[in-house]
Amino acid sequence: MDFELNEQQLLMRDSAREFAQKRLAPFAREWDEAEEMPKELLKEMAELGYFGMLLPEEFGGLGLDPLSYILALEEISKANASVEITLSVHNSLACQAIVKYGTEEQKKKYLPRMAKGELLGAYSLSEPDAGTDAGGLKSTAVKKGDKYIVNGTKNWVTNAAYAGIFVTFVKTRPELGREGISALLMERNTKGLAVGEKERKMGLKCSDTREIFFSDAEVPAGNLLGQEGQGLKIAFSLLNIGRVGVGAQALGIAEAAFDEALKYSRQRVAFGVPIANFQATQFKLADMSTKIEAARLLVYKAALLCEDGENAAGEVSMAKVFASEAANWVTNEAVQIHGGYGYVKEYAVERYFRDARVTEIYEGTSEAQKIVISRSILKKS
Amino acid sequence: MHIVVCCKQVPEIAGIKVAPDGSGVLPPPGGGMVNPFDVYAIEEGVRIKEKTSGKLSVISSGGPTGEAGLREALALGADEAYLLSDPLFLTADPLRTALVLAAGIKKIGAFDLVLCGKQAVDDDSSAVPAALAQNLELPQVIFVKKFEELQPKMAKVFRMTDDGYEVVETSLPAVVGVVKEINEPRLPSLKGKMRAKSAKVTTWSAADLELDAQALNPSGFGYKVEQFYPPPPRPKGEMLTGTPEEIAEKLFQKLRQAQVI
Repeated sequence: MDFELNEQQLLMRDSAREFAQKRLAPFAREWDEAEEMPKELLKEMAELGYFGMLLPEEFGGLGLDPLSYILALEEISKANASVEITLSVHNSLACQAIVKYGTEEQKKKYLPRMAKGELLGAYSLSEPDAGTDAGGLKSTAVKKGDKYIVNGTKNWVTNAAYAGIFVTFVKTRPELGREGISALLMERNTKGLAVGEKERKMGLKCSDTREIFFSDAEVPAGNLLGQEGQGLKIAFSLLNIGRVGVGAQALGIAEAAFDEALKYSRQRVAFGVPIANFQATQFKLADMSTKIEAARLLVYKAALLCEDGENAAGEVSMAKVFASEAANWVTNEAVQIHGGYGYVKEYAVERYFRDARVTEIYEGTSEAQKIVISRSILKKS
Repeated sequence: MHIVVCCKQVPEIAGIKVAPDGSGVLPPPGGGMVNPFDVYAIEEGVRIKEKTSGKLSVISSGGPTGEAGLREALALGADEAYLLSDPLFLTADPLRTALVLAAGIKKIGAFDLVLCGKQAVDDDSSAVPAALAQNLELPQVIFVKKFEELQPKMAKVFRMTDDGYEVVETSLPAVVGVVKEINEPRLPSLKGKMRAKSAKVTTWSAADLELDAQALNPSGFGYKVEQFYPPPPRPKGEMLTGTPEEIAEKLFQKLRQAQVI
């Protein structure tokens, strides 16, 4: 077993760390309070190559291996988890959907612009009445000549405000239920597509999340991704790298919270000594550190497994559920170590605590992960 | 336009240490970093290259540690990198460094502009750009904060002075030393970093540059540093005690004694 990162992985981790600590970390609180990130940031990340991390080089991407990519996401998340999810949805879900299922024409049309960050990707699967039960989605697409006429509502669409392309899941044959779901590539200027108000969230406040509405939206038939009826297969096949991405996000948040807690415990004096001298604090730090290390190993292993194919669902879910629960636990303890100061915005742990919460909810809830894990165990044995 | 940027690998600022015998500044422990002023020169070089569809070469003299800095420059957009590395170059003072750099730059071939940072943060001599211009027999403008105009054979620049700036017009090629006000350096792109990792860095020794110990003989130069020494440590602060009113009164008296107020 080899725990060493290779040269490319170290390069990506260090480059992302430099970028994140210089350009993201100093502004995390300001953007959190403003509930948005500056447009120039998206432009800079595009120029630096962060929108083409997983795309093949022939389309202008970096063609990174999954672990290099995950290491970069972890570093970004450590500085600003909202920026991480912006990148993760674009790279893991939108770009990968087209890489895996797009026709040559679709790839040539969209991927080079997505690699350059000219076209930001969004992924719209969830609906107001269909989350974990993705098969229950209600949006429809009826084929009329060379167009699909789409109606329905999607929610929790990350990047909706600035996305140029939405990978959208709709029912082309509602009577077939789950089997009647298809994926469409919907451009932002699609007639009949409207973007709703920004969601006011508990955490990840500077990432953009909205509803989108389709009212007789017209999508060229050529924008069907894969085959009709293949929608859920496409949606689920992208989940692996997406879930490891959320694992990396959770890991980054936990690490940032731990660093703050460690620093504070050395500075804060109570009863005449730094609180790091108390065993109650030491045991907290020991448990936090242990959970982070375990999460890191699970996330990195899951990333390596992603490279080999699609039979990693169980391991990926283990990494996702463990890292996200660890992040919630660790950020909670980081707040506790800070006492009252952990409850106010002057200290970053308050933000980490809020940001961590959603990692147990999106890209499959913890409960959904446990279904995947148990299924993979039962299938093997 | 072919631009050549000189860059120097220096110790991390916090790690700059004077040799115990006072003979100089110790070489960077670990990899060190690119002299921060040279980063502005590299950025300006990349911008001019982009604007003129030109070529950017970077050159560094000293030991093998210079390679890391050259790779950073390659990641930022330099096309070619040259490392002048020889035991003879290691202990070079600014005048000899300028001689070595001039030999390297001449060997690279035709160029239109040489850019340097105004000084290096380790020895702070600020002598290399001018000495380099002397060796290359070119005009020099140092402390430049802006290229106002750039033609194939002429540049008009703003040069910072203590009480403002001068507008200087120079023929090209010339040696230009830049200050940090000139630009805001970019971060290297991920693709640039990946490319730089495997890019070629040409290494030239003293023999390659047709320089020998005699040519670099210290007695042949009028430059001698008597002694390097670190600035004296800051005296310890004084803690005032008492009630807030007493402390304020004591502070007031001390500031008055010091003629600050």
